[in-house]
Amino acid sequence: MQSLTTPLLFVLALAVVGYFLAKSRALQVAGGDIRTLVSLPRQHALNTMLATAVPALGAVLLFALYSRIVGTAPGWFFSLVVLGLGITGFALSLIGIKTHTRARTHAERWIMGLLIFSSTVAIMTTVGIVFSMLFETFNFFGQYDWRDFFFSLTWSPNFRGDSDLGIIPLLWGTLYVSLIALLFAVPVGLFAAIYLSEYAGPRLRAIAKPAIEVLAGIPTIVYGLFALITVGPLLRDVFAEPMGLGQSASSVMTAGLVMGIMLIPFVSSLSDDIINAVPQAMRDGSLGLGATHSETIRQVVIPAALPGIVGAILLAASRAIGETMIVVLGAGAAARLSLNPFEAMTTVTVKIVSQLTGDTDFASPETLVAFALGLTLFVITLGLNVFALYIVRKYREQYE
Amino acid sequence: MKTSLLATDARTKKRNAAEARFKAYGLSAIVAAMLALAILLTSVLTNGLSSFQQTFITLPIELLEERVDKKGNRDPAEMAKTTTIGYAPLLRGAMAAEVERQGLTTELSDKDLGDMISKEAAATVRNRVLANPDLVGQTVTFDLLAAGRIDGYFKGRVTLETAALDGNTSPEALIIAQALADAGVIETKFNWNFFIAPDASVQRPEAAGLGVAILGSLYMMLVVLFLALPIGVASSIYLEEFAPKNRITDIIEVNISNLAAVPSIVYGILGLAIFINFMEFNQSSPLVGGLVLTLMTLPTIIISTRAALKSVPPSIRDAALGVGASKMQSVFHHVLPLAAPGILTGTIIGLAQALGETAPLLLIGMVAFVREYPAAYTPEAGLFGEASTALPVQVFNWTQRSDPAFVERASGAIITLLVFLLIMNAVAIYLRRRFERRW
Repeated sequence: MQSLTTPLLFVLALAVVGYFLAKSRALQVAGGDIRTLVSLPRQHALNTMLATAVPALGAVLLFALYSRIVGTAPGWFFSLVVLGLGITGFALSLIGIKTHTRARTHAERWIMGLLIFSSTVAIMTTVGIVFSMLFETFNFFGQYDWRDFFFSLTWSPNFRGDSDLGIIPLLWGTLYVSLIALLFAVPVGLFAAIYLSEYAGPRLRAIAKPAIEVLAGIPTIVYGLFALITVGPLLRDVFAEPMGLGQSASSVMTAGLVMGIMLIPFVSSLSDDIINAVPQAMRDGSLGLGATHSETIRQVVIPAALPGIVGAILLAASRAIGETMIVVLGAGAAARLSLNPFEAMTTVTVKIVSQLTGDTDFASPETLVAFALGLTLFVITLGLNVFALYIVRKYREQYE
Repeated sequence: MKTSLLATDARTKKRNAAEARFKAYGLSAIVAAMLALAILLTSVLTNGLSSFQQTFITLPIELLEERVDKKGNRDPAEMAKTTTIGYAPLLRGAMAAEVERQGLTTELSDKDLGDMISKEAAATVRNRVLANPDLVGQTVTFDLLAAGRIDGYFKGRVTLETAALDGNTSPEALIIAQALADAGVIETKFNWNFFIAPDASVQRPEAAGLGVAILGSLYMMLVVLFLALPIGVASSIYLEEFAPKNRITDIIEVNISNLAAVPSIVYGILGLAIFINFMEFNQSSPLVGGLVLTLMTLPTIIISTRAALKSVPPSIRDAALGVGASKMQSVFHHVLPLAAPGILTGTIIGLAQALGETAPLLLIGMVAFVREYPAAYTPEAGLFGEASTALPVQVFNWTQRSDPAFVERASGAIITLLVFLLIMNAVAIYLRRRFERRW
């Protein structure tokens, strides 16, 4: 990396020099009469600059990546190639300046290359996510039986080895927390959306809609702190202890309730859009037959919007399953299979955090298991998202 | 049976009741959501506002030469050999003298009185003396931090009853503190240090501040801005203006909408595996944090940029093409400037999201305890390569500590974070209102 910095800086400087050189050369070729040029001097300048910098930059990126894979620092050969590419681009583009050169087209080809490269970053991110996790997950399954991982009912990592790393208690915690969150968020979010789109006047809408959306903009660490210092102790003192259900402030209920608050805007704003997309003619028809407003909503609008609403709920579910900070601070760290919602349980995301922070040893299954957990999480949320987006899109087409 | 059109029958009554009920459900859902927001904000504010205040003790301290400058040559290098432990007796003595001067009698030993001053205070005095050796031998008045329990007493967190059960303080100390406060020796002032000072160790919550965290977050935002904005805009331009409709661009599009919904912790795993284990960038550096957050905000920026580009009417493009501009020129000279307010709004909202993100940063080691302000560039660590922490991670760190004073600090940090987010969102809304054009 370090050894490529100097040639890179040199090439970048050359590109800047090239910009001004090309400009003056274009003017010179034109003999002072700019009208004889097919492309403006500015475009010649841009072309020279890009032709100098772009290939060299690409080479630097490639070489940096290559030297990481091979594990050696890039040698003088690489520096020479980078320099060579820069100088070649510089020279060729300068020599190519004639009155009839289409510099605009050439320059735009370079720009197009950059645009295409940028749009592959998203693809590379996905590939990076999948590969980084697949690779370590294979390492993990080399050391730990996959059947134990997927079907064992105990989770008790032990850094001296001989750990039980069953995902089932973690998945149970994740699903339990998400279920409670959805039980809270779906009715509230859905009714809020119905009221806002069907009943509320413009004044209430102008206040309530942004207020609910503020909930979506609050960082999850804030919800986590809220669960830890307010909701947890409150639930423990008011419900869990008097009812004899447990003494823990962090519990599935705490995390679920707070996560429910977080999910309200996801459910309500998507449902709001979807309810608004139901054609007015359907409402008018129902009202015209003598149905009350609420009967129209329940028997006409909601059934028509149902696929979209289900999609919204699935998206909220995928949010809930992947949520980390609220469960780290609110749900606890003990892996258990229990039905009591006032007991502390843990989730997949909590265990990813706890296995990957602090001292980690990338050879031990106790650390590597985090990647297998991450991959499982990724697959589950991806499945939910793809399905939800498919439903929502299908629904939109229905009324367009 | 007599029926009248004016009297509602039983069935209509039932239906009307159902209507009213349904409406009430809807209204109560909205009230519930707004109530949740109100409770959340009140909880954070009541817990955290006190962290912007801090209790100080004003003490005249005689800087005895035999204590702080044993050689007597005023050489800072020599004087630096006296550690903070050497300064502690001075503080203790000054505190006892002050109590005596106020005419207070107490059974507390000098050590107990000295413990009313923060452990950080000795370092404050030492740094002042080392910076200005001429002070040695004089009596200088210092504003020193009070210990966390004393601070807690004036904020209502510690009471005489809890102090009786507490090993770190005693009811007698609190009574003395109250008497000193009445005499004006102990005062509560605005706590600038909270925004400037670095984190402090577990025993001295009163000295802990957000300085390093704010700096680290700022560096990461710079990385995100300089990477995510150009890449996001470039890829949106390609996808919206140039890309042919085919399988590959379809895949990219589906891919982007899915990336927007990938759990943030997965990005943390990506950062750990690719940027730290494979590329060997420094752990807990703002560079890695910024890269991870860049990848995370990219979908947000792309989605909003595409919406902004789409809202520019085709007539603008046609007009540019009509007078001889190339497709590229029409985009860069006309469409992009017109879409700029929308792009900017989306970028600011994406940055605000990134600023509050915690989970991925935990995995790339930003939970480490960092007291040194990170430099933007050093030859060894490279650009943004020095270990740092970030605002939301600092909150998480403080919640993991047992002293309840850190709960106050964490809530205070949350308020700070929310104020930053509020400002960013307000700017975004202002930009949208001010510059957005409807065609």
